[in-house]
Amino acid sequence: MAIEKEKLIDMYRTMVRIRTFEDRVCKEFAAGHIPGFVHLYAGEEAIATGACANLRTDDYITSTHRGHGHVIAKGGKTDRMMAELFGKKTGYNKGKGGSMHIAEVDIGMLGASAIVGAGIPIAGGAALSAKMRRTDQVAVCFFGDGACNTSRFHEGVNLASIWKLPVVYVIENNTYAETTPVSYAMNIDDIAVRAVAYGIPGKTVDGNDVLAVYEAVGEAVARARRGEGPSIVVCRTCRHYGHYEGDTQTYRSKQEFEECHKKDPIPRFRKKLVEMRVLTEKQADEINQEILKELDDAVKFAEESPLPAPEETLEDVYA
Amino acid sequence: MKEVTFLKAITEAVDEEMARDPTVFMLGEDIGKHWGAAFGEYQGLFDKYGPERIRETPISETAILGGAMGAAITGMRPIAFLFFDDFLGVCGDELITHLTKMRYMFGGKIKMPVTITAYCGAGLSAADSHSKTLLGWLMNIPGLKIVTPSTAYDAKGLLKTSIRDDNPVVFLYHKVLIFTGITSKIPEEEYTIPLGKADIKREGSDVTVVAIALMVHRALAAADKLQEKGISIEVIDPRSLVPLDKQAIIDSVKKTGKLVIMDEEPKTASAAAEISAIVAEEAFDHLDAPIKRVCAPDTPIPFSPVLEKFWMPDEEDLIKAVTEIM
Repeated sequence: MAIEKEKLIDMYRTMVRIRTFEDRVCKEFAAGHIPGFVHLYAGEEAIATGACANLRTDDYITSTHRGHGHVIAKGGKTDRMMAELFGKKTGYNKGKGGSMHIAEVDIGMLGASAIVGAGIPIAGGAALSAKMRRTDQVAVCFFGDGACNTSRFHEGVNLASIWKLPVVYVIENNTYAETTPVSYAMNIDDIAVRAVAYGIPGKTVDGNDVLAVYEAVGEAVARARRGEGPSIVVCRTCRHYGHYEGDTQTYRSKQEFEECHKKDPIPRFRKKLVEMRVLTEKQADEINQEILKELDDAVKFAEESPLPAPEETLEDVYA
Repeated sequence: MKEVTFLKAITEAVDEEMARDPTVFMLGEDIGKHWGAAFGEYQGLFDKYGPERIRETPISETAILGGAMGAAITGMRPIAFLFFDDFLGVCGDELITHLTKMRYMFGGKIKMPVTITAYCGAGLSAADSHSKTLLGWLMNIPGLKIVTPSTAYDAKGLLKTSIRDDNPVVFLYHKVLIFTGITSKIPEEEYTIPLGKADIKREGSDVTVVAIALMVHRALAAADKLQEKGISIEVIDPRSLVPLDKQAIIDSVKKTGKLVIMDEEPKTASAAAEISAIVAEEAFDHLDAPIKRVCAPDTPIPFSPVLEKFWMPDEEDLIKAVTEIM
């Protein structure tokens, strides 16, 4: 697979940006600067990054409660995101959505939903719209293993399959739906076998290998653009943090936690890029520093941004 | 002018809007060439517009409403036919947390031009699963508009406006209004009716009766009988519950000093309860008798015709309520 050097570096930068954002959110949340609930994407960066590296700005994505990574990978700005998490007027949603609901339709990000599985039929609708408007846009629908057991999975994937909609279901199997292990919640090990039931392609890849994700989702996106219908790509991964910030994670053993960190997709990709002579260690460090600075600026932007006026509560209900 | 049935009024509204705007399309169960929906109100549209724009779906309410939402926020103007409004429960999350909330939650950046069409109402012995009128339940969902026509004339004009609205609108049409074949004279040329504008279906001076959907006809029948006793009833049809023409109701109460609300749903937390609260809050000084609600009992809707008849509010119930406050 020949990928341009610049694209590879961009993918590395995106993964570092997601990780740095999440680590910073963890700190800011602990310091009491972020209200509500936060669900961190750290450990799963290769999936959003590899999938979105196949997309154009006018392609669509839908996301989940664990959605910061998807927004960043689709081109979202960390300062506007951080401001949203801080509940500020300058946030992407003007402080009305928060961490679990970031949306930016101008970059094709049709919104995160904190109702598990809710994005599945919405992504199908966006794909239907693209098809009816005779564009070759595709919709990538991110969701986790837990969503695969909701009714929307069946209704949404079935409808997309009969209408041959240009949608790619990227399933992030991080092995837990909150505290419930996927091995308990499903009678199968490989979620991709469910694709057979809808007569569509299904593939499982190592979700901590950004190039494997890029390639598998790339095939599915190309198929969708050709008008051949939806596909499922299952990405096996694990989360570095708990379900949400504050989760005691008593359901995970220390050993499992350590193994998860050993599979960290970022050092792994960095090592590969250095071996491929795409990046030097020094250049990689420079990217890390550049992103750290970006996040300092993002937090500063969030801190200094105005709060919404209380009466803005009453705005935006109806168009 | 021409005379059309309630059913034909709905067909014409969708037909005209689909002809006018290529982004309008319909998705739902059994709307295609065989049935054109269960009562046939979309018959002919499949032949005219084809399977691309009259999209038959599997029995998948969450995918229908979720799909409509995804299409609406990316440039289309879908009509989601949900069959019986009872089935809104199947896609309840789509309704209460996404369709009506995404615009707000996303800081006002999107529009959600989705029209839900669905049957409401009892009277056909379909029991609780196919008979509810969920107005109170729906009114408690900020972000939703709710339209409930009582005549063919109103149905056509309001449905066209609903389809053109940039917000989610649930358009409920009462089964009995289709089945009894009621007709209206409507103009040959195009017309629309704004949402949020009540219609005084009968002018009167003694008691204001706010009646909704099928209940408008029962209120008019009761008003005829009460007139014989010398009691003059003003019948107000709000036509849409959200937005609600509060002013029309309050103005009428200022004239009559008495209010009865006739609403075919369980009394507790019904549309009647809300209208009652609004008038109590905003026009208390103009009332000279307690507000009365003529609603159904707080029970599920029974099947057997004798039970269902007992459950549904009727002329006698209204006459009794009016007599009590005279």
